[in-house]
Amino acid sequence: MSWLTRGRARIQQILGRRDVPDNLWTKCRGCGTMLYTKEFEANLSVCPACGHHERIGPAARFALLFDGAVFERIPVEMPADDPLKFRDLKRYPERLKAARAATGEADALALAKGTIGTVPSVVGVQDFAFLGGSMGVGVGAAFVRAAEVALAERRPFVMVTAAGGARMQEGILSLMQMPRTTVMVARLKEAGVPYVVVLTDPTTGGVTASYAMLGDVHIAEPGALIGFAGARVIESTIREKLPEGFQRAEYLLAHGMVDMVVRRHELAATLGRLLRHLTRTPEPA
Amino acid sequence: MSTYLEFEAGVAALETSAARAEGEGRAAEAAELRERATRQLKDLYARLTPWQRTLVARHPARPHIPHYLAGLFTEVMPLAGDRLYGEDPAIVGALARFEGQSVVVIGHAKGEDTESRLRHNFGMARPEGYRKAQRLMQLADRFGLPVITFVDTPGAFPGVDAEERGQAEAIARTTETCLAIGVPLVALIVGEGGSGGAVAIAAGNRVLMLEHSIYSVISPEGCASILWRTPAGRGSKAPEAAEAMKVTAADLLRLGVIDRIVYEPVGGAHRDHALTMTRVRTALAEELAALEAQPRAALREARREKFLKMGAL
Ligand SMILES: [Zn+2]
Repeated sequence: MSWLTRGRARIQQILGRRDVPDNLWTKCRGCGTMLYTKEFEANLSVCPACGHHERIGPAARFALLFDGAVFERIPVEMPADDPLKFRDLKRYPERLKAARAATGEADALALAKGTIGTVPSVVGVQDFAFLGGSMGVGVGAAFVRAAEVALAERRPFVMVTAAGGARMQEGILSLMQMPRTTVMVARLKEAGVPYVVVLTDPTTGGVTASYAMLGDVHIAEPGALIGFAGARVIESTIREKLPEGFQRAEYLLAHGMVDMVVRRHELAATLGRLLRHLTRTPEPA
Repeated sequence: MSTYLEFEAGVAALETSAARAEGEGRAAEAAELRERATRQLKDLYARLTPWQRTLVARHPARPHIPHYLAGLFTEVMPLAGDRLYGEDPAIVGALARFEGQSVVVIGHAKGEDTESRLRHNFGMARPEGYRKAQRLMQLADRFGLPVITFVDTPGAFPGVDAEERGQAEAIARTTETCLAIGVPLVALIVGEGGSGGAVAIAAGNRVLMLEHSIYSVISPEGCASILWRTPAGRGSKAPEAAEAMKVTAADLLRLGVIDRIVYEPVGGAHRDHALTMTRVRTALAEELAALEAQPRAALREARREKFLKMGAL
């Protein structure tokens, strides 16, 4: 370790990560351009150079979607942690603890309510930063809660998906969240309560193969990776390189799996229009 | 009985010696050797590790859907195609008669030899297979026929064509169909219950499992490669992953994920297909009889409530 890096580590310790020059700049994962973090975030974490949509968490997403950034969090009664007493290289409770500390969220699905384009709505945001957005019993519980509130108050449910895979540490109980959440989607449909899915980067595995593909309308963010099987698994099965743009939002649009690909800047307005149509709400003056 | 699993080496040696003794006319010695082999099998199978069970669940001679169709049903009429794109031999469907009653049978087909394994894609279904399953469940619903599913897949097929045609959507909608129909749905996991590709046809009123089957969110190898970062093959932590994930019938019964275990003959279902059929027949008949009298709405609601509770407080 050089003195320079040692010196910087020391400064980071003193100042806390937030104020060190490292965080002033963000490197775009799409094109590599160095972006001034404040401006990047003001641009909804979309790169002005290449249009890459960076992953954002529940707090930013709620602020973006709800009218006037006004919303109320919906608490979820969480089941007990670690139902299988799972241990791999680390104990599962340690992984949970780290994810909670890093995100400030209880699990990978956060809920809030407010209005979108004047329509009272419930929004669920899956957080990739929380153990890859993986679906376990906590995500299942939150999804059920969101649907219950939507049904009780007859508000549309907008589900913003993101998941890199299953919550393997919850084994079969993770798999069982697929039929569990599907039951609530069925109830929303039967009650005529709109259920809209916004697919963000990445949405894969059991989440895609359950509630993410069962919406009344599917909206995807540009460039989002959306699919069932992971690219590496497919490559090792077929032993060839995958086609350009494979499993990206635009590919799903072309293959009939999503209704539209919408830039983040237009997402709230698009959802507002859509929810007004589905709830037969008049156009705002 | 020519395929022995790695942990059956002792049994293999005893049975080979018994066969030799028989061939050389030493009947008493052969009988004694066979008895020893059976005792050893009994011991082994009474305390199989989750990983050993995984190997048994994948045993090539294990009864597969063609055996169940032939052994349990009469008037079997296979039905083909999803009416949208194609016919997927990885999932078979049929109208059939079980204990005198017409039913719809749906199940994964893994194949029995190299040629048929390729044709059935090793039981890894494409969207067409799942959409055919939806179609047949809806048909069963229209005509008031109970549905019996046989689950045996390493997982849904991970391929470019499958993704292109909406593998995720096909699985999601098949699960949705399971949860929507107003006829009894009994699912039996007979080998590998591999992830979303399995649950798509397993969201039943009753979920049964053969004793040495496994049911899991990801294969032990897949889990090990992600969480333990070990490659498949030698040095893989797949046995540890199988243990940690709780993939066995006994574990799943305890967790409330399945409703009943169908016990296998000594040494596994592959050693005695006939006895396996008898036990499966009894279990299915009892389960269907209990569901038969229930009205459509009650059947659907009970199924939904059951899955709504999975992992709840
Ligand atoms: Zn960029």
